[in-house]
Amino acid sequence: MATLRAIKQRIKSIKSTQQITRAMKMVAAAKMRRAQDQMLAARPYAHQIKSLMQRLLAGVDSPSNPLLIQRPVLRMTLVVITADRGLCGAFNHNLIKRAEQEFHLEKDKEISLVCIGKKGYDHFRKRNYNLKYHYTNVFNNLTYEVAEEIAERLMEEVISNKTDAVRVIFNEFKTVLQQNLVVEDFLPIPVDDTVKEQGGIDYLYEPSREELLDVLVPRHLKMQIWRALLESFAAEQAARMTAMENATDNASELISNLTLEYNKARQASITKEILDIMGGAEALRQASS
Amino acid sequence: MAQEHMTVEIVTRTKRRVIEEALSCSAPGVLGYFQILPNHTAFISELSVGEVKVQTAERTYLYAESGGFLEVVDNKVLLLLEAAEAAEEIDVERAMKAKERAEQRLQNPDASIDIARAQAALARALNRLKVAEKVTVSV
Repeated sequence: MATLRAIKQRIKSIKSTQQITRAMKMVAAAKMRRAQDQMLAARPYAHQIKSLMQRLLAGVDSPSNPLLIQRPVLRMTLVVITADRGLCGAFNHNLIKRAEQEFHLEKDKEISLVCIGKKGYDHFRKRNYNLKYHYTNVFNNLTYEVAEEIAERLMEEVISNKTDAVRVIFNEFKTVLQQNLVVEDFLPIPVDDTVKEQGGIDYLYEPSREELLDVLVPRHLKMQIWRALLESFAAEQAARMTAMENATDNASELISNLTLEYNKARQASITKEILDIMGGAEALRQASS
Repeated sequence: MAQEHMTVEIVTRTKRRVIEEALSCSAPGVLGYFQILPNHTAFISELSVGEVKVQTAERTYLYAESGGFLEVVDNKVLLLLEAAEAAEEIDVERAMKAKERAEQRLQNPDASIDIARAQAALARALNRLKVAEKVTVSV
């Protein structure tokens, strides 16, 4: 049986760990609230610009914009959005696993990676994947400019014919307790068939439809990257909050078990001492009689 | 179906605002200002930097906006804007500073300065100041 001292030491160390996890949980909760507000505020715009574009596209049969042209996909760029930091449960792990799965599913394609977030970057760099470029530590100070830059770089690749398609993998914020893994075709822009079947609305355009699409498409793409970043960040904080809450609970349970053990050990040692004393007293009594 | 009103929805990256029962809505298209009245035909336009005015029976809403799109379908006007501020919410001091900064950049151009960006920033700042002024005058 462990000594009293050793048990006491362990309780102390678990308590300090618990303090850290509790603090991390609070920090994550505060950050999550802010990220969630930002994300919810951005959702209507992202949604509306997407559906506006789909309505515009419904009337177009053969688009001239290279970002809209579907071509045979031989080379694909995979954008993997993970977190910069760990200690958020299976958040990064699930995403990386899904990204690796993509290499099996799309065996016939030449896939190159773009990593956003340090965790994914570290993982794929160590394993010698075909990495193109990466953005790390963007979540600390998330700005729209970063999303713009990433989106522009991806568009440039398609326009200059360096890649045929771009796919994005990220965690979407569903509820505080649940993240949704999303795999989205980013480029070329997929056409929503249900909108197309309804037939395009007969709009008046100002300027022409092609010119409108040329402006609308890049804005839409920037917004989709921005939304993915915001969703991922909010989801990361939620995952961390949940993970740290579990860790804090587990620490409490450990502490209560150890305290029980400590008390038992203490009782045992007291009993042992009493027995010793009584044995000694008995021996003395017998010797004196 | 002729109707007397339309619904105007203004959406930016950070805000969404709906104005019910609007009687008129004017906006700066890239080809010039235009006005939308109820029962307008389906219409899409790109907007340049300027002022958006929405009229209801009770009041007039005035916004300084920084470009975007406008769509009209079935008496629903949807404005997707890069940025929009209600005239009474405009931070005049900030707009002034932005204006000065942009002007300074344009006066002393060097390699590190993106002229097109500075010009766009100047246009946005001037637009804000112009729209803000209209409110202070009318109050």
